[in-house]
Amino acid sequence: MALNHDDRTKMREQDPQERIKNFDEVALGYTEEEAIREAKRCMQCKTRNCMSGCPVGIDIPGMIREISKGNFKEALMILKSQNNLPAISGRVCPQETQCEKTCLLNNVKGKKPIAIGRLERFLGDLNIELAEPAIEEKKDKKVAVIGAGPAGLTVSGDLAKMGYDVTVYEAFNKAGGVLVYGIPNFRLPKDVVEREVNYVESLGVKFVYNQVVGRTIPFDYLREKYDAIFIGIGAGAPRFLGIEGSNCNNIYSASEFLTRVNLLGANEFPEYDTPIKILDKVAVIGAGNVSMDSARVAKRLGARKVMIVYRRSEEQMPARYEEYQHAIEEGIEFHWLTQPLKYVGDINNNVKSMECIKMKLGEPDDSGRRRPLPIEGSEFTLNVGMVIEAIGQKANSVLETGFKGLKLNHWSCIESDKDTGKTNIEGVYAGGDIVTGSATVIEAMGAGKRAAKAIHEYLDK
Amino acid sequence: MNNKIISKNKLASKIYEFHIEHDTIPKFYQAGQFAIIRISENGERIPLTIVDAKIDYSRFIVKCIGKTTYKLAMMKEGAELLEVVGPLGNPAEVDNFGNVVVIGGGIGIAPILPIARALKDKGNSLTVIIGAVTSEQIILKDELRKTADNLIITTDDGTTGEKGLVTERLEELITNNEKIDRIWAVGPTVMMKFVSAIAKREVIPCMVSLNSIMVDGTGMCGACRVEVNGEMKFTCVDGPEFDGRFVNWDELIKRQHQYTEEEEKALEHFKKEVGDLSWL
Repeated sequence: MALNHDDRTKMREQDPQERIKNFDEVALGYTEEEAIREAKRCMQCKTRNCMSGCPVGIDIPGMIREISKGNFKEALMILKSQNNLPAISGRVCPQETQCEKTCLLNNVKGKKPIAIGRLERFLGDLNIELAEPAIEEKKDKKVAVIGAGPAGLTVSGDLAKMGYDVTVYEAFNKAGGVLVYGIPNFRLPKDVVEREVNYVESLGVKFVYNQVVGRTIPFDYLREKYDAIFIGIGAGAPRFLGIEGSNCNNIYSASEFLTRVNLLGANEFPEYDTPIKILDKVAVIGAGNVSMDSARVAKRLGARKVMIVYRRSEEQMPARYEEYQHAIEEGIEFHWLTQPLKYVGDINNNVKSMECIKMKLGEPDDSGRRRPLPIEGSEFTLNVGMVIEAIGQKANSVLETGFKGLKLNHWSCIESDKDTGKTNIEGVYAGGDIVTGSATVIEAMGAGKRAAKAIHEYLDK
Repeated sequence: MNNKIISKNKLASKIYEFHIEHDTIPKFYQAGQFAIIRISENGERIPLTIVDAKIDYSRFIVKCIGKTTYKLAMMKEGAELLEVVGPLGNPAEVDNFGNVVVIGGGIGIAPILPIARALKDKGNSLTVIIGAVTSEQIILKDELRKTADNLIITTDDGTTGEKGLVTERLEELITNNEKIDRIWAVGPTVMMKFVSAIAKREVIPCMVSLNSIMVDGTGMCGACRVEVNGEMKFTCVDGPEFDGRFVNWDELIKRQHQYTEEEEKALEHFKKEVGDLSWL
């Protein structure tokens, strides 16, 4: 998080005072000139360290080389050969901890790594007609993919290109999973997701919406109908702190809050039927990307004071630095080293305040981060009208009731091989958050890629 | 699957019965389960209990309460709902218990029909108590009469059956030393609360089907969370049935009123658009 000189080509952004009044995208992308200028900063080093930081193994130096020459179509072809969804990963990948982290320029004084994510996004957004992707000869094998999120879309796209007959079962009415119900439009516009989904559809993948496998359709029913199954249902249940008063009114999980707005249009109530509360003092618990998203949505809904409350300090915050910066610019307040102890409701059970305690940092814990410890006697009260808990997700209990026979690990996630996605049931593969717990979009895409390869090897036997 | 309304019948003032074409509900439905419906692109997702399902349709009975249910009631035969997701939730835990009392209040009479039938199929001896404000609002009495060994009807105004509340009839059965092995109750939350209180006093298991506010209905958001036996449960995936003796009713009632203001606003907005709705 060093604040020294940044020699990277800046990306234009909407002015903070304007953007808190709309849901349009904050970052505006590179122009062709800007992209070329940024690409020319690349040394085209022999080490190609950036590639080792990419979960889907994109030929990043090759892509940058073509951009620097203005050969955008060639660059896009290199990108798309490894990544079906570049406009998405270019926006939401934590590049600073992946490809950009391993860029050699990090070691050069006065230099910052190449803005690989911005270049990827630039290519993903180009309206270039690529030659139809080569689809191999149709194979007489059917694959069901459960969940149309990042893992499922990747697996389906890759298998369809290999000639398999792929059907995706999606619980919601739209494809994209967390990309549509979770990440707000100002960070990932919904038409970008739609375009990438259309691309997967153009490869011949069929989508069946509003089907919750394990509930509306039994898992065994799919097992009989398909030669292989991929489960990419995400970590589909919210975690709550579970402190006293958790069931007070106006306490939301981030999933509920974001789904109401992103998927169901609650920000346009009453034109849209789904309501959302717009209250003055909003506390968001947790400091990950989902917390930043929730806080910034609350701000856009008109909340006057939005606070992020986090039990650790700024240095341990899991959110991307860029999202944190955006949140600060938009006037979000931060309460570091603060742990809620209990919620207090009024006579109607509407939350009115939150009792908190100040924390200090102790020795590192299992995550390697310094463990937060309560400071005795430091309790205080924070007045709030609404709380959004954004402290992560866990596996949906439907997994236990609806997917009988599937081996789960002790976090109740699916146990699957990390190189192939293979589960304990023959022909059944899994990947993404339902295996790893809450992780990133690109890691889910990486798991999808590996599973597609493994499913192909299995079916091609 | 096109979610087409095959037929629509008015059962009472503001209460409509729908038969809706569906793929998965008829195949996999069991008594006690529900569906999440959304009528149109800007619509909300609401849970509706599935009353019955045969070959290629599912049956719903809906009371006009908020904008979505009014809008649904105005839809015509042949029209299509945008989304019908189901069956969702756990099936009713039906078994041969012996003597079972099934209680339905108001629109809650509809969801008890499939449960009563399933209990009868298991060989239980069945007393069904149904109640409503007035005789016109007593629905499904012929079907329930065929299913129940004993059907008791109550109305608040005494226009049909006995004047009074369903809980009074339950107390009467207890006073008469009727053997009751299990109770089922579906209806207004306050009714379920009082039936559960009686069940708790008499130490009789009492299954209730909760009508918490839901968003996705698949366990993803936690909007429908409810405290049961001191633990946080999600109505959509852990329920919708729980033993009412252990439900934190007062909290649930307050949670159900979270959006009263918004619901009224939406309905007002809708009335401005479509005009008078009293004819429904």
